[in-house]
Amino acid sequence: MDRLYFDIAHLLAGGLVLTSFMLLYQDRLYALLNTYALQALVLALAVGWQAHIQHAAHLYITAAIAVIFKALVIPFALHRMVAQLGVHREVESVVSLVPTMLAGIALVALSMVVMLRVTEGADPLAREDLAFALSVILLGLLMMVTRSNAVSQVVGFMSLENGLILAAAAAKGMPLVVEISVAFSVLIALIVIGIFLFRIRERFDTVDLQALDDFRGERR
Amino acid sequence: MTFLADHNVQVVLFLPLATAVALATIASYRLSARLNVASAFLTFLAALSLLAFRPNLGRYILVDDLNIVFIVLNTFVAFTTSAYSASYIAHELGSHRLKRSHLRFYHAMYQLLLGAMNLALIANNIGLMWVAIEVATLTTVVMVGIYRTPAALEAAWKYFILGSVGIALALFGTILIYMAARPVVGEGMRGMTWTVLIADVARFDPALLNLAFVFLMLGYGTKVGLAPLHAWLPDAHAEGPTPISAVLSGLLLNVALYAVLRFKLLMAANPGAIAPGPLMMTLGLLSLAFAAFMLYRRGDIKRLFAYSSIEHMGVIVFAFGMGGALANFAGLLHMAMHSLTKSAIFFAVGQVAQVKGTQQIADIRGLTASHPFLGWALVLGVVAIVGMPPGGMFMSEFLIVTSAVAQAPALAAVLVFGLAVAFAALILRLHGMAFGEPQGSTQPANASYLPMVLHLAPVLVAGVFLPPPLVAWFQHIAALLH
Repeated sequence: MDRLYFDIAHLLAGGLVLTSFMLLYQDRLYALLNTYALQALVLALAVGWQAHIQHAAHLYITAAIAVIFKALVIPFALHRMVAQLGVHREVESVVSLVPTMLAGIALVALSMVVMLRVTEGADPLAREDLAFALSVILLGLLMMVTRSNAVSQVVGFMSLENGLILAAAAAKGMPLVVEISVAFSVLIALIVIGIFLFRIRERFDTVDLQALDDFRGERR
Repeated sequence: MTFLADHNVQVVLFLPLATAVALATIASYRLSARLNVASAFLTFLAALSLLAFRPNLGRYILVDDLNIVFIVLNTFVAFTTSAYSASYIAHELGSHRLKRSHLRFYHAMYQLLLGAMNLALIANNIGLMWVAIEVATLTTVVMVGIYRTPAALEAAWKYFILGSVGIALALFGTILIYMAARPVVGEGMRGMTWTVLIADVARFDPALLNLAFVFLMLGYGTKVGLAPLHAWLPDAHAEGPTPISAVLSGLLLNVALYAVLRFKLLMAANPGAIAPGPLMMTLGLLSLAFAAFMLYRRGDIKRLFAYSSIEHMGVIVFAFGMGGALANFAGLLHMAMHSLTKSAIFFAVGQVAQVKGTQQIADIRGLTASHPFLGWALVLGVVAIVGMPPGGMFMSEFLIVTSAVAQAPALAAVLVFGLAVAFAALILRLHGMAFGEPQGSTQPANASYLPMVLHLAPVLVAGVFLPPPLVAWFQHIAALLH
């Protein structure tokens, strides 16, 4: 029975890494948002399963937050925002697809090597989950640096945060998990509201360095 | 008064939060500015009383010799900045850069920020400390963007993204610390309580601790403003209201530094873990050298002093990384002096920018002739910040360099070189701004000078005379820090 518990937890955490890779190769904003919703759903299942194994009722709250807030509310709000603000529907990347995917694979390998070697003493379940969680975090960071428009940077950050919640849920008996997931939800809500209210420009890089210097008051 | 002393921790934690709620409902900006000052002053008095009346240790509250320095310094600068802010915002309202509705929000956020920073310093729980630092980051983000200009929004966005990545990495490090603690201290809240952790850290798994420290150092290091993750700092300082620049440089960077120091203590108490020193020294020197060269080509006055903050945080992290009683003492002194001096400089710079209507260094000339007080305050502040006597930073930098020469001569050369480059850059810029023919508007500045005097006077005195009780106190903390 223990073996089955372990395998299901392993499957769900691995699914999270898989959805992170799916986020990396989306080139349409709507598809990106849908994939993010899928990832949030997988996260909710993974956290719910941890709650079941650990008999930790408070983790169900975290799972519920993941379903309601991350899988439904946020993607829906971002969908509407993309439509209303007339943002480009394409995801603009700084680095092309193949190097990004290769870098992603390298990052996953790195986190496996680092985490599995370091956590030899810890219990196997938490160990595997932490390794997967670090992969999701690094893939989220990769997505944030390879994308140039605000909405996909935010999606990158949110997927990074999913990795953190997985790590927190896997650390058996960790206190404050619910508080931390609420704190993160507030953060994400603020980011989304920020984009909407302040009409943040969708692109943050510009090839015109002169304009950038002017902008910062650095031109002489 | 006795109420303040009896309930000092509660006042320090909850008075700012209660005031934030009250300020959110008050429409009159004069009243709310006064309430802001009064509340910050009471918080400072309560923090002072912590020196005499230590509350009992709790599961969530910790007041020890280390954090009390940070709390007193924090509440003092918060109080003087609130006084400065009152005159600053009156001018901003007059020049229509801010609306009244913004001010309600601004004051509430200011107190929320103070409450969050006090909580981060006083928390006896690494999870709670993380949440508090996150809240402090969020409040400063919205304040940086308050002018709603494209540049301000861009700065706020950059700060938001980099700050979020930083706190995300710090959270992963916190989770790893819990994982390391769990087999030894058991499940639940104990695994995150600082006093429990430090008592049992010798038996934790060193490999996990090492990995955790790397994440914590990078995560909280982003908030300290260490290179290569410093990119948010100059923009956030330059585009937000000047009182917020003063609070960012003088306080928030220190709070993040405090978190780093706490985890350094954990690492040092575990015999199998890597020494945290070299990593901190590398990041510190890198920030110092990088920021020193960046000082040369700055055209914006607030951006100039933001890079100077990166430089000094680099020096402080280097000193604490080097360790030893002398370097730790110097690091603490440098931190206190930097907070006081840098916020005083920002007070002066904010008024200069308001009077002249520009932040461009090229458009500011001859300040000592047109605005004697502001001009000389800026000169004194810069003389102190570059480490010339009689400023207190002369003494702390001297001590840091001496102990670097004793412990790591090769690194001392880099340190001295970086300090010299920064010195030359700042003096060069100061000369143009302070002396020569006055340029631009010469209308008198109507602002309170008291905050600047309150900050610069102790800095100038400290270079000549440090009160023996203060020296004994700092020496005691330096010994605790290893």
